[in-house]
Amino acid sequence: MNQIQPLMLAATESQTINAALLVSALLFAVGLVGFLSRRNMIIMFLCTELMFQAAALAMIAFGKVHHDISGQVFVIFILTVAAAEAALALGLVVLLYRRRETLDSEAWSELRETA
Amino acid sequence: MIESASHSGLLHDAIPAIIASAGGTASIPAAVPPQEFAWAGLILALPAISALLCGACAAFGVRTKLPGAITAVALLAAFATTLSLFLKMPQDAARVVLLFDWVSFSWVGDSPLSDAATPPWKSFLAPFSLYIDSLTLLWMLFVTGLGSLIAIYATEYMEGDTGKGYSRFFGSVSIFLFAMGSLVMGGNLILLYLGWEGVGLASYLLIGYHYSKPSAVAAAKKAFIMNRIGDLGLALAVFLIWVNYGTVEYSKLFEAISAGIAPAQAGSWSASLIPYCLMLGAFGKSAQFPLYVWLPDAMEGPTPVSALIHAATMVTAGVYLIARTFPLFALDPNALTVVAIVGCGTAFLAATIGMAQYDIKRVMAYSTVSQLGYMFLGLGVGTTFGAVYHVFTHAFFKALLFLCCGAIMHGMAGQLDLRKMSGLRNVKGFGVISWTFLVGCLCLAGFPFTAGFFSKDSIIAQAFASGNPTFTVLGWIALFTAFLTAYYTFRVWFRVCGGPTKFEPGDEIHGHDDHGHGHGHGHDDDGHGHGHGAHGWHPHGPRLAINGVLLVICVGALLAAVPSYLGELQHRQNWVESMVAGSSAAGGIPAHDHGGHAGHSHHALSFTGIEDVHKATSVVASAAGIIGILVALYFHLLNRGAADRLRAALLSNGLTRRIPLVMENKWYVDEIYHAVFRFPAWVLGHVLHFIDKQLIDSFLVNGAARIPLELGRLFQPLYNGALQGYAATMAGGIALIAAWVLWIWLQGS
Repeated sequence: MNQIQPLMLAATESQTINAALLVSALLFAVGLVGFLSRRNMIIMFLCTELMFQAAALAMIAFGKVHHDISGQVFVIFILTVAAAEAALALGLVVLLYRRRETLDSEAWSELRETA
Repeated sequence: MIESASHSGLLHDAIPAIIASAGGTASIPAAVPPQEFAWAGLILALPAISALLCGACAAFGVRTKLPGAITAVALLAAFATTLSLFLKMPQDAARVVLLFDWVSFSWVGDSPLSDAATPPWKSFLAPFSLYIDSLTLLWMLFVTGLGSLIAIYATEYMEGDTGKGYSRFFGSVSIFLFAMGSLVMGGNLILLYLGWEGVGLASYLLIGYHYSKPSAVAAAKKAFIMNRIGDLGLALAVFLIWVNYGTVEYSKLFEAISAGIAPAQAGSWSASLIPYCLMLGAFGKSAQFPLYVWLPDAMEGPTPVSALIHAATMVTAGVYLIARTFPLFALDPNALTVVAIVGCGTAFLAATIGMAQYDIKRVMAYSTVSQLGYMFLGLGVGTTFGAVYHVFTHAFFKALLFLCCGAIMHGMAGQLDLRKMSGLRNVKGFGVISWTFLVGCLCLAGFPFTAGFFSKDSIIAQAFASGNPTFTVLGWIALFTAFLTAYYTFRVWFRVCGGPTKFEPGDEIHGHDDHGHGHGHGHDDDGHGHGHGAHGWHPHGPRLAINGVLLVICVGALLAAVPSYLGELQHRQNWVESMVAGSSAAGGIPAHDHGGHAGHSHHALSFTGIEDVHKATSVVASAAGIIGILVALYFHLLNRGAADRLRAALLSNGLTRRIPLVMENKWYVDEIYHAVFRFPAWVLGHVLHFIDKQLIDSFLVNGAARIPLELGRLFQPLYNGALQGYAATMAGGIALIAAWVLWIWLQGS
């Protein structure tokens, strides 16, 4: 078996990677659009999770491209951090809801300029 | 001079003959520096300690007359020290007493200013030393003597302020005496300058003593600012003297001049300006023509201050300065002519103003300006003796006159208007004031055989004796001024002390009722004039401190003539003249002074048929003084209505109506200064204020601050508080960065 150059992949493998990156890009776009268009804080939180997973998928894909296991290691870390962060973020959402009796992010705009 | 022969033997080799070698600079005595008189420093230290103690009294809120007692004792001790110095120190040469090193700079190599005009001197030395010669001693004797007497007077005069301004008043008086001492005794021009500014400070503090009174504050500022103009002249003179002679110490300076060493920049402006700059300083401090307007306003201060600072001592500092630096003036006869013209002009101008004032303190203030003019005339025509003698006699009789005015004001609840007082000689308690006042007036008017008569005549006679046509004209003006002086002096006395008893109190009644009755006069006073004052008001005569001081100074004013009597009767040199002759002012003593001299038979006063110009002057000046007194007698005692009718007659005639108006309005000098200096300065100030506000503040400073402000406004709408807005901005930013990276990558590939 010859040493395979990183970017000179077999046709099928290259298609798999392209497909994975495409899915990653789509996931990210869906998450971003959802984040920007929805006001419900739980939905917005879910959208950020979508963008997270898009990044994780891209990591795996690039790890494959470079034949480097680090990509998958990163994903493990990302999942761990995302789990911890989900607990915190949902806790915050519950607190915010208790304060204003609504999940609408428009209810929180104290940082605006008064001009 | 003669008494000290035994001492002069010891020092004879160091001292050239100094008696009256007519105008030559070679006659300046060389300084001999023994250290055994270091205790002379006490004369400076005592008032300084007293000033500190008065400050402590103010800080601890002392409510008794303690500060007055401290000051009086300290000044008496200073006077005693001066007196013993006078008795113990042989006055045949100047002594330099080094107290400690003070200003001492020296450098090696070239001056950093490698200019051709840079002087070659490598040091600047001004030790804290005393230059004591007979002129210094003469000055310090009357400064400390009158200072202590007036401090005693003030302990009673200022008693209404005990616990309030009392400590401040006496602290300032002590500061004044310290500064005056360093001015007169300082061994170099830097110490003189220190004292010069110090007396200016004390004068400012004391004129503005009643600081809640706007007119007093304005007068204090006026005095301080007018004096700054003169002080600038003095400062420039000190700089120029150092540049030209390399020293500011009198002893070295006079040595250089008497050795005939030319100034470093002889012939250039910097050497020839020295006497003129000194003159400017002297004119500012001594209230001469362009700069005199502060002195009449300075009468806002308490009267003891007017007597001490603004009549007897501080204002004579200018005369002292010129007498002390006379060797520099002797190099330039034109400068002396200017001094004579300014002095004579001021004497005449101030006398005409004094004639038309109604406030008795103001009359005395203008009289002081006028008499100072005589002193400068004396310096200018070349008789430092006459000038110094007039300073000496004037110090006594003018202090006496002011203290009398103050005592009247104190007793009459602040009344100073001579139209509202009359016949005070008959009011119980005012007898001492009236008769000592009369003695002062006689001296000031130059009544024959009083002190003022001798001193004034020695000045006027020298103007005629010099033979210079300019000086002869000045002599005639001075004679006419002597007539005016006698008139305005006796106008005050005949109005206030003569005539029927009638008076109105001033506007300070409140402070006097509560302590008035304790002082030995009851309701059955023989004072009249009821119907004007507040109910129950009575004038109260002064007590022991004021009356005692008036009598002592009165005796002093009379005794000031004694040197002349001895001079005339025993054919000895006048004591004051011998004092002047032993000092740096020796160059200004005319060689001919006594007895009939040949060569003066054709002087300007020859019409009197008297050959000796001095005797002729005495006769003519006495006549002028007596005529002035008689005119005042007619208009202000015998026929008071005539004065008002004369004024009305002058006013009704279109030609002459300006005469009383100009005189009563002080020749409009204040108004002219206002139009020429104050108003343009006011306009300039407002223009600069406008430029500062509009261009610098509004445009430059606030304009620069507006740039970030407006930039912030531009981006402000982005921060609308909506989470999606921030997210979109962030996403847009990332997209831009991504697009930029992509573009770079495409360029590179």
